[in-house]
Amino acid sequence: MSDIWNVLADNTDLFRTGFANTIKLFLIAAVGSLLFGTLLAMLRVSPVPILRGAGTAYVTVLRNTPLTLVLFFFAFAYPLLDIVRISFFTAAAIGLTVYTSAFVCEVVRSGINTVNVGQAEAARALGLTFAQIVGSVVLPQALRSVVPPLTSVQIALLKNTTIAAGFSVFEAGAIRDNLSERGENILIGLGWVALGFLILVIPLTLVQRSLERRWSVAR
Amino acid sequence: MSAVLFDVPGPRAIARNRLSAVLGTVVILGLVAYVGYRFYDTGQFEGRVWSWLQYERIQTDLVKALLATLQAFAVGAVLALAFGAVFAAGRLSEHAWLRVPSMAIVEFFRAIPLLILIFLFYYGLPAAGVKMTPFMALVLGLMLYNGSVLAEIFRAGILSLPRGQSEAAYALGMRKTQVMTLVLLPQAVRAMLPAIVSQLVVLLKDTALGFLITYYELLKYTQNIGGSPQFGRPFIPVLIVVSAIYITLCLLLSWLATYLESRNRRSRKVQGGTTAEIAPEQPPLVPPGSGSI
Repeated sequence: MSDIWNVLADNTDLFRTGFANTIKLFLIAAVGSLLFGTLLAMLRVSPVPILRGAGTAYVTVLRNTPLTLVLFFFAFAYPLLDIVRISFFTAAAIGLTVYTSAFVCEVVRSGINTVNVGQAEAARALGLTFAQIVGSVVLPQALRSVVPPLTSVQIALLKNTTIAAGFSVFEAGAIRDNLSERGENILIGLGWVALGFLILVIPLTLVQRSLERRWSVAR
Repeated sequence: MSAVLFDVPGPRAIARNRLSAVLGTVVILGLVAYVGYRFYDTGQFEGRVWSWLQYERIQTDLVKALLATLQAFAVGAVLALAFGAVFAAGRLSEHAWLRVPSMAIVEFFRAIPLLILIFLFYYGLPAAGVKMTPFMALVLGLMLYNGSVLAEIFRAGILSLPRGQSEAAYALGMRKTQVMTLVLLPQAVRAMLPAIVSQLVVLLKDTALGFLITYYELLKYTQNIGGSPQFGRPFIPVLIVVSAIYITLCLLLSWLATYLESRNRRSRKVQGGTTAEIAPEQPPLVPPGSGSI
C-alpha cells in the first residue's frame, strides 16, 4: 500500500509540472480552436462559393486525419519548410488547435442551422433590427444547442493533449518516460496519471450532462 | 437563414459584399500560394525526395504498414462492437448488480485518455509480469475506449425508441431477451448507424496511436522512410501519401454508412411502414461524433 503512495509522493515534481503543462496546453488549444473553429463555421456558411469550398475542404481533410499525424507533421515536417522556428510545445498547441477547430466548426455550424427560420422571420415581422434579431432571438437559441456538444469537443481535446507526449512535450502523458528513468513502478505511476485525468474530466462531463439536460428544448 | 435576418441588399450592400468576397478569396489564395511556395522553395517537389516511391522494398513496406493499420482497425472494431453490445445490455439491465458495475466501467474507460490506457497495457502490465505485444496493447485500448463509447451509443439508441415497441412485444408474450434481440436492437442499430460509423472512423484514426508504442503501422512507416537521409529526409512527401491513405479510408467508411442508410430507408418503404413509427428526421440522442474525436 505504501508503495502505491510513494510513487506519487516521491515524484510530486513530475506530476505537478506534467499536469500543469497539460492544462496549459489544453487552455491555449481550447481558446484557439473556439476562435478559429467559429471563423471556419462563418466561412462554411458564407455566400461566396470559394470561401465555402475552402472551409469544407479544411474540415474534410482535418476530420479524417489522425491527430497523431497532425502533431507528427508539426513536429517533424513543418521545421523542414523553414518558415518560423517554433518550440515543440508551440507545435503541439498549433496541431491541437488546427485539429480541434474542424470539430468546433461542425458543431457551431449545425447548431446555427437548428434554429428555425420562422424564429428570425417572426422577429423581423415584429420590426426588430438586425442586432436585436441576432442578439435576442437567434443566438440565445443557437447557443443552447451548441454549448453541450462544444463541451464534449473540449473534453476530447483535454484527453487528446496526452498525444503531445509522443512529440517531445513534457505533459501528463510524458510522466511515464521520466518515471521509468527513475526506476519507479510504471503500472502504479500510470494509475496515478489516469486518476488525475478522472479528476479533470469527470467534473467537465457532469457540467456537460447537466447543460444537455437543462438546455435540451423540443423544437 | 442569413437571408431572413436583414433586408434585401441594395446596390451599396451588394458592392460591399462583392468586395469582401474578393478580399477573402485573395487572402485564401495568398495563403495557399505561400504554403506552395515554401514547399517549392525547400525542394519538396524535387525528384530526389519522391524517389523512395520507386523502390519495390519500400512499396511492399507501405502495403505491410497499411495492412497492419487495417488489422488493428478490424480486430479493434469487432472487439469494440462486442464490448459495446455487452455493456449496453448491462447498463439497461433490471438488476442493479449488473447495471452499476457496467456503468462504472463504461464511465471509467470513457474518461481516461486512450493513450494513457494503451501505455497502461504496454508499459504498465509488463511491470506486473504480463507480457504484451504492441498490437495487443493497441487493440485492447481501442476495444475498451471505443467499446465504452459504443455502449453509450447503443444504449441511447434503445432508449430513443418509443415505449410502445417494447410494450407491444411484451404484450405478445415475448421474453426479455426476445424483446431486446428481435424488436429493440434491430431498430436501434438502424437509428444509430451514423453515430456507430462515425465512432468507427474515430477508431480507425486512433490506430495511429500505435506509432507511439512502436507498432509498425502507417505512421511508424512515415517516420522510418521520412527520416532516411539517402532520400533527403522526405517527411513531407511521405506524409502527403500517408494522409491521403487515411483520408480515403475514413471517407470510404463514411460513404459505406451513407450507402447502408439509404438502402435501409428504401427497404423500409417497401416493407410498408413496419418501422414507420421512428421518425427518421428525429436527431439521435447522441450526436454523431460527440463521444470523442
